[in-house]
Amino acid sequence: MSAEVTPKNPSRPEVDMESKTMTGFWVYLMTDCVLFAALFAVYAVLHNNTFGGPGGPQLFDLPSVLAETLCLLTSSFTCGLGVLAAYKQAKNQMYAWFAVTFLLGATFLWLEITEFARFAHMGDGPSRSGFLSGFFTLVGTHGLHITIGLTWLVLMMIQIMRKGLGENQLRRLTMFSLFWHFLDLIWIFIFTIVYMMGAS
Amino acid sequence: MATRPPKPEKNHASFESYVIGYLLSLGLTLVAYFMVYDRTLTYPMGPMGLLVPALITLALGQFLVQLIFFFHLGRETKPRWKLVVFCGMIMVISILVFGSLWIMSNLNYRMTPQQIDNYMSSQDGF
Repeated sequence: MSAEVTPKNPSRPEVDMESKTMTGFWVYLMTDCVLFAALFAVYAVLHNNTFGGPGGPQLFDLPSVLAETLCLLTSSFTCGLGVLAAYKQAKNQMYAWFAVTFLLGATFLWLEITEFARFAHMGDGPSRSGFLSGFFTLVGTHGLHITIGLTWLVLMMIQIMRKGLGENQLRRLTMFSLFWHFLDLIWIFIFTIVYMMGAS
Repeated sequence: MATRPPKPEKNHASFESYVIGYLLSLGLTLVAYFMVYDRTLTYPMGPMGLLVPALITLALGQFLVQLIFFFHLGRETKPRWKLVVFCGMIMVISILVFGSLWIMSNLNYRMTPQQIDNYMSSQDGF
């Protein structure tokens, strides 16, 4: 980062790089929310169009959905604790929390892929009905975000091992934790609207 | 590269806020789950009618809990850009979701099943 940033107008409060980047990342997250809102709208419009195929109550395996939800919620929590440890420069503690975060995220992804494979195996893939197209697009897009998040986490850990916990690394970790909390927030609505309301 | 101790972030969370947020989220998730999983628990609330509003309330409750305890929204200093962008996002989402549902249900209402069948066969099926 450029070190010589002299505020041109001293009367204006200085906006440092950290808060600029964080605000930019926040704007990205909010636009990503709009993407998910569009997919939720598609799902809400299509969820009754099962075209003679199975609907939510026949397809969803609730205990597995609860397991997914608890994995993601707990990984969001451990991710927050990992960032707190990073700010205290407690490296080993930080590695431990992020390892737990990664394992829980990977378990979530594995459960989701198993579910998708089970549907496809029964012949209820995305092309079966409007309901299943909407379902696979919405839940699959969330799963894709989780995959990106897990990759990001691994790359961050490698970077910290090689470069240490500097200001840049802390800023990136904070952005990662925002991203991860955001995915948990989207999941609350998938859990409620797709699974809980769809199963009843 | 030497690691110099970074300046503490101003609006960063404490351990307590994560624990409170986690426990509240966990509780709200489990309540929603068991309301659906074991319908006898919610039987006194009456049939289906009340279940959906109850689930939506629980989801919105968890949304608020996570915004406050995980995202620390509203704790930034004066030019509250995050909050402004957040409110804009809520507005766009409301228009997008409720607008889509409104238009589609209206179209559904205005089209008889006979018309739909005619349209489908004229468009070479599905």
